[in-house]
Amino acid sequence: MDFLRPASWEEALAAKAAHPGAVPIAGGTDVMVEINFDHRRPEHLLDLNRVEELGEWEADGDTVRLGASVPYTRIMEHLRGPLPGLALASHTVASPQIRNRGGVGGNLGTASPAGDAHPALLAAGAEVEVASVRGTRRIPIDDFYTGVKRNALAADELIRAVHVKRASGPQQFAKVGTRNAMVIAVCAFGLALHPDTRTVRTGIGSAAPTPVRARAAEDFLNAALEEDRLWDSGRAVPPSVAEEFAALCSAACNPIDDVRGTAGYRRHAVGVLARRTLTWTWEAYRGTGRAADERGGAA
Amino acid sequence: MRVSFTVNGRPQEADDVWEGESLLYVLRERLGLPGSKNACEQGECGSCTVRLDGVPVCSCLVAAGQAEGREVVTVEGLADLAERRARRCAGGDGSGSCASGACGTSGAPLDEAPGVPAGDAWSRAARPQDSQAGGGGGLAPIQQAFIDAGAVQCGFCTPGLLVAADEMLERNPDPSDADIREALSGNLCRCTGYEKIMDAVRLAAARQAEEAAR
Repeated sequence: MDFLRPASWEEALAAKAAHPGAVPIAGGTDVMVEINFDHRRPEHLLDLNRVEELGEWEADGDTVRLGASVPYTRIMEHLRGPLPGLALASHTVASPQIRNRGGVGGNLGTASPAGDAHPALLAAGAEVEVASVRGTRRIPIDDFYTGVKRNALAADELIRAVHVKRASGPQQFAKVGTRNAMVIAVCAFGLALHPDTRTVRTGIGSAAPTPVRARAAEDFLNAALEEDRLWDSGRAVPPSVAEEFAALCSAACNPIDDVRGTAGYRRHAVGVLARRTLTWTWEAYRGTGRAADERGGAA
Repeated sequence: MRVSFTVNGRPQEADDVWEGESLLYVLRERLGLPGSKNACEQGECGSCTVRLDGVPVCSCLVAAGQAEGREVVTVEGLADLAERRARRCAGGDGSGSCASGACGTSGAPLDEAPGVPAGDAWSRAARPQDSQAGGGGGLAPIQQAFIDAGAVQCGFCTPGLLVAADEMLERNPDPSDADIREALSGNLCRCTGYEKIMDAVRLAAARQAEEAAR
């Protein structure tokens, strides 16, 4: 095994081009487990810790550019305002020790359906910035997950950052597990209200071969909110709408039975989380006065 | 490969390190520092917790090569770390008074007067008869508190808990019970039910506050 230590992003891309089989390691919280347990013996480990820009973020504009290695702890501490859903999800990752090392780039690279960041990234509508010596491209999060622990990266590409639109409304994340720490999600759900575009987006974790959106549920809810002029009136979402939304979110799951839970339980729990997160975010939206302002403006 | 880094204030070199080796393995098997425990090897239990450039991490999940040029503090270095902190709080490094109260000296009495440059603590730490291997010197306040509160049973989880608790008290000198639980949520203990551990951290925080008020 070779241990490659690029000191810059350009060096890292050159190393990945020269050794497409090299396994990138940043926080190490996935890669080292596989090495410790003899599940993986890559010929090259590509250490990204010395590429400082991967640990930095820019939050000045309408979009946050989050370096792939920014630890979850930093997201919780510094980006709760612009990225509330991702900050909540970050807080549910494993333990303080893991959150001090792990970052979104690793979650995306591993692309486990249970990765905690995925539902929040899907709900927010993130883009993944990837690069190789051939150039840089941005992959919409909807196109990123291609199979169980598979993603849209080419062999010579590395994940550099994610771009996430600054939240224009409330976002929530909820996760089912046996305790509050050190839990791999039985299932998880992310929901973001986007008042600027009058849309709602969702993300489901651990309940399908890949992280997925509940598109039919989103379409239903967007239409219902529009039809009843709820974005303007700021009235509560009718229980029948919330119920149907929850049922459609359950229907978007394609889960399996495994040691953490049954498919039936996951389907049911995702519906419960969907209804709860809709209520929490909508109540927060109504509470901001934003709806009242818009009503006043329209009068 | 060779890995050079600083452990408990002392420059260290490890040779013939396998590229897939963990920092934990290097500490225990190559540097003779068995305080950090090897249990789950997957970041679940926290018994291998060390500080990497000040930040608590599971050393089983840090590739040894990633520690190159960095500073590591293990449980063996906690007493020295507490002493350096106490000295800084006393104004020894010229930075003025303690902002956080996160010093505390009980169990690790100062053997030199305040006013000694902080750098001197590092050179002291490099002396062979220091507590590098747990062989000498006093205990950090958090260690004394664990003993006094009866928070140690089999002891296997203790080093990781000590490192995590010590770091929390440095950041947050007046933690709520919820703060303590969260800070220690990555450290599993299978003996105590955690109540004595909670007592120990509360005790250390109270002693630290007393010390700061003095």
